[in-house]
Amino acid sequence: MAERGESLFILGIPVQDLERSAADLEARGASGKVGTLECDLLDPRSFGAALDCADQALGGFDTVVVTAGLFASQERLETDGEFCQKLLAANFANTVVFCEEARKRMLARGGGTLCAFSSVAGERGRKPVILYGAAKAGLSHYLEGLDHKFRSQGLVTVTVKPGFVRTSMTEGLKPPPFAGEPEDVARQVLRAIDRGTPVVYAPPMWALVMLVIRSLPRFVMRRIGF
Amino acid sequence: MSELSGWGRFPVVDGTERVSENFEVATVGAALSRGLGRSYGDASLPVSPMDIVANSRRANCLLAFDPETGVLRAEAGLSLRDLNRIFMPRGFASPVSPGTQYVTLGGMVASDVHGGNHHVAGTFGEHVQSLRMRVADGRVLEVSERSEPELFRATLGGMGLTGHILEVEVVLERIPSAWIYQESRRVRDLDDLVETLLGLSRQWPLTKCWFDSTKRGPTMGRGIAIAGRWAEPGEAPAEPPVLGERISVPYLPLGLVNGLTVSVFNAFWFHKESETLKTGVVHPKAFFWPLDGVRHWNRLYGPRGFAQYQCVLPIERDTRVVRRFFAAMTRRGCPSPVSVVKDCGPEGRGMISFPKPGISIAVDVPLRGAKTQALIDALNEIVLEAGGRIYLTKDSLTRADHFRAMEPRLAGWNEVRRKWDPDRKLRSALSVRLLGDEA
Repeated sequence: MAERGESLFILGIPVQDLERSAADLEARGASGKVGTLECDLLDPRSFGAALDCADQALGGFDTVVVTAGLFASQERLETDGEFCQKLLAANFANTVVFCEEARKRMLARGGGTLCAFSSVAGERGRKPVILYGAAKAGLSHYLEGLDHKFRSQGLVTVTVKPGFVRTSMTEGLKPPPFAGEPEDVARQVLRAIDRGTPVVYAPPMWALVMLVIRSLPRFVMRRIGF
Repeated sequence: MSELSGWGRFPVVDGTERVSENFEVATVGAALSRGLGRSYGDASLPVSPMDIVANSRRANCLLAFDPETGVLRAEAGLSLRDLNRIFMPRGFASPVSPGTQYVTLGGMVASDVHGGNHHVAGTFGEHVQSLRMRVADGRVLEVSERSEPELFRATLGGMGLTGHILEVEVVLERIPSAWIYQESRRVRDLDDLVETLLGLSRQWPLTKCWFDSTKRGPTMGRGIAIAGRWAEPGEAPAEPPVLGERISVPYLPLGLVNGLTVSVFNAFWFHKESETLKTGVVHPKAFFWPLDGVRHWNRLYGPRGFAQYQCVLPIERDTRVVRRFFAAMTRRGCPSPVSVVKDCGPEGRGMISFPKPGISIAVDVPLRGAKTQALIDALNEIVLEAGGRIYLTKDSLTRADHFRAMEPRLAGWNEVRRKWDPDRKLRSALSVRLLGDEA
C-alpha cells in the first residue's frame, strides 16, 4: 500500500516497532507522515480513542486491516490457563469489538473495507489447534455476518484465512507443504481488498486443502493428527 | 534444524537458522549471519549444527533516505531486488550490481560484491558510509571510517566473520532512467576477447564478456562482449521497466549440465548473437541479472550440485597468463554454461576483498569428484604463479594451502579478528576450511 502512495496509520504494540515500520513505510512511498499510536488488543477500552486518532490523522480512513493476534501451541494453551484466557479474549472477543468500532465509523461515512486476518485453523475443530482455532472460528463467523448484513450499505468485509505462512509467529515450527511467504500473502490480500473478495485463502492452495478437511467424517478426524 | 547450503547446493550441512524481523535480537549468541544464501560454497554455512545462524531476510526495513545526497540507511536484510523496485522508479540505483538481485545488503557488504562497473566504480564497499554491527562480545556499534576504521575495512569483504551486520548506510547512484543502453558483439577468440573488453572499458561504464568454456584450439575464448550505460531519458521508454515474475526449475533428480549439453547450449548462445554489432535499449534485468529470470536455476545441476570458481589474474607483468589459464581450463574440460570475464579496476578498502587490477574469470562447474578437484587445483596453481587470487564468495574447492599462499593479507586481517573476537565466537564452514579457524 505504501508503494502505491496511500496514506497510512498504524496501531499496535510495542511502539518502537511501530515507529520503525512507519519510517520504512514512509521511505517506501506512503503519502505524508505515517502516524502511529500504541494500541493493545488486550485493552478494548482504548480502541475508540485510537480509531478516532487515526481518523483525525487520515481525514477519515476508508480501509482497516486487522492483523494483530496472539499465537501459542495447543499444549501451551492447555496448561497455561491465564495465557489461554488472554489469547481467546484478544483473538476473538476483543478483535470483534475492535472491528465493531471500525465498521461503525466507516458505515457512518458511507462505507469502506474491513479486512481481518482469521485463519484456516478456524475452519473446523482440529486437534493441534482446538483453542486457537475456536477463537478464529468465532472471528470468521462474525466477519461473515458483517458481510451478509452490511455489504449492501457499502461496508466490504474481507476475511483472510492464511494457511501456514513463514513469519515470526510461526518461527520454530516445521513448515508443512504449501507454506507461504509474507510477501506473496500481502500481494494476494491487497488484490482482495481492491476487488472486495469476501474470503481469501493464502496461499490459495489452502482453499482446496480445507475443502477436503471440512468434508472428512468425524471418525476420520478422530484418528488423524491434523 | 534444517539443511543449509549455498547456491551451488554443495556442500550441504545441518544447521539451525533463526529468522526474525528483530534481527538485532536474533544475532545474540549467533555464530554467523546469513541473508539469501546466494554465495555458492560454504561461506554462509555453520561449522556445526550447534552454531546458530541468524538469518536477516525478514529484517528489511528502510530506515532513512535522503533524496538530495542519495544516502540510504536500511536494515541489512533488505534485498537488492526490493531496493531496485523501490528506488529505480525514483531515479536511484545501487552503485554496484552483482549478478543477481537476490542478495541482501548485509551479504553485499560481507562479500564486497563487484559488478560490470568495477573498472570505474569499485566494489559495493567503496560506497558504504557506515555499518551498525553486533560484534563478538555482544556490543552493538556504529562502524565507519570515522569510528573503528580498522574494523570497518576488515568487515568489507570480511565474509561476516568480524561481526553481524545489522544496518547498512550506502550512497545510491543517481540514474537518468531505469533502462540500459547496451552494445554487444561477438568476439572470435581469446585475444579478441581481452582486447575488445579492455577497449570497451575505456569507453563504457559497464562491461563484461560471456565466453564458451568448451572451445579449445583457435576458437578458445570465443564469446560475446557486452557494454552498457544507463539510458538517457530521451532514449528510454517513458514507463519504468517492470521487474516481473519468473519461470521456475522444479526439483530435478538428475543434473542436466554436462559436457555435451553445455557445448550445445554454448554454441547456440554464441550463434544467436549476430556477427555485426548490436546496440539498443534493454531492460535492466536482461542486462544485469539474466539468470534471475529462471527461479532455482541451480537445480539444473541436479542433486549433486555444482561448484563456482572465480579468480583474478594480474596482467601487467605477464599478458599471456590468461591464455595459460584458458588452456589449462579447456584442456581439462570445464563445461560451464555461465562463464564470465571482467576486467577489474583498483583494489578497494576491504582488507581481504577479492578484486584487484587484472582479468577476472568466473565459471560454473558440475561436480565430478576428483576430476573437478584436480581442475580447481591446476587453475589455482596458475593463479598463484601469476600473483592472483580467488573470490571466497564463489569458492568451495580451493585448498587451504593454496589460499594461504595467494593471500598475504590474511595474517593482518586475522589480527583484526583476534582483537575483536579473541574466542572465535564468529566462524563459518569457510573460515574453518580456508581461513585458519579450528573446527
